[in-house]
Amino acid sequence: MSLAFVGICSHAPGITGRADRADPAHRDQFYAALGRLREAVDAAKPDALMIVAAEHFANFFMNNMPAFAIGMGEKYEGPIEDPDWLKIKPRVVQGAPDLSRRLISSVMQSVDTAYAEEWRFDHGIMVPLHFLDPDNKYKVIPANINCQGPPLTPLHRAWAFGEAIRAAADALPERIALICTGGISHWPATPDSGKINEAWDREFLDRWARQDRAAMLSYTDAETYRDAGQGGFEIRTFIAAAGAARGKGEIWHYRAIPIFAVGCTVGVMEIV
Amino acid sequence: MSLYQLSKFLYEINRDPAIQARFRANPQSALEGYDLTDEERGAILEPDIGLLYVLGVNGQILMHYAAFHGIEWSDYLQRMRDGIKRHGPVRAGLYAMTTSLDEKVSS
Ligand SMILES: [Fe+2]
Repeated sequence: MSLAFVGICSHAPGITGRADRADPAHRDQFYAALGRLREAVDAAKPDALMIVAAEHFANFFMNNMPAFAIGMGEKYEGPIEDPDWLKIKPRVVQGAPDLSRRLISSVMQSVDTAYAEEWRFDHGIMVPLHFLDPDNKYKVIPANINCQGPPLTPLHRAWAFGEAIRAAADALPERIALICTGGISHWPATPDSGKINEAWDREFLDRWARQDRAAMLSYTDAETYRDAGQGGFEIRTFIAAAGAARGKGEIWHYRAIPIFAVGCTVGVMEIV
Repeated sequence: MSLYQLSKFLYEINRDPAIQARFRANPQSALEGYDLTDEERGAILEPDIGLLYVLGVNGQILMHYAAFHGIEWSDYLQRMRDGIKRHGPVRAGLYAMTTSLDEKVSS
């Protein structure tokens, strides 16, 4: 009953940080789709916003890398990056520690997630929040899937994580809006930044939108790395969204915007 | 080679203003406690973004270290290409270059 909304979006730092260098018409269409996503989140009247992200070494590193982590803090801060570089002002985000604790306990029935009472948001969460919660009004529950430091979280476990979030949310009285944020094909922060395999992206989004679990889970990491770059490993977050929502997806926006270094994506999925 | 230690230093300086301040005041002292080769130490201190890239530092860490040194985005991308020209292909990790040396993907 209480998974109130499931959506996906991109989070690349260039989306805000290099906004002035994109084609204004393309940028504005993408921003408008993010605005539409914000309105949809608001319309779902969530008690908390859960953001499943693909962290980039802001909190988790190879000294102790969890496959999954969920935040349980009273508050969070971000961005961890230079605010002038990301062009997002620092903010303190309200957590939902009691709700987090109950959610985590339930997720743990099927997925061994780590939890964290400290968490500093990087662009992976701050860019979505910048667009979806400009007034900083929501309580936020951050979550992370390891898409950066191999061995990576297997795709079928990302799916299981989504399922576990769904089961946990359904057992809670609060309404939770789930936003899963990642890139599809991209080669971020390399000299190839701006390279995007649009055909691969469209194929993945098609599998996602038609809720084709087997097709979504069939990519090997070697294939993804070859065709979609190391940034393509972030499909795990979109897969978690599909595992949670179980319905058909709808892509509201997709366009490769090279200066943003990613195929800029906004979508929602029906909860069934 | 101690890519893990090199990466860990960059991860920690990126996220910790106290280490950033120490580095600004005395770069050598900020590196104490990290088991680094002379090549790695030199690349951090210069900073030689191209060499750090070739050594295999993950771009998600490297781009913030470049920004910390005031290196603008296009310059950051160019420095990685220049690093490959000078030092050869990326030696480790997932962030290898897949395009040719003089290709400009996006500026
Ligand atoms: Fe990312």
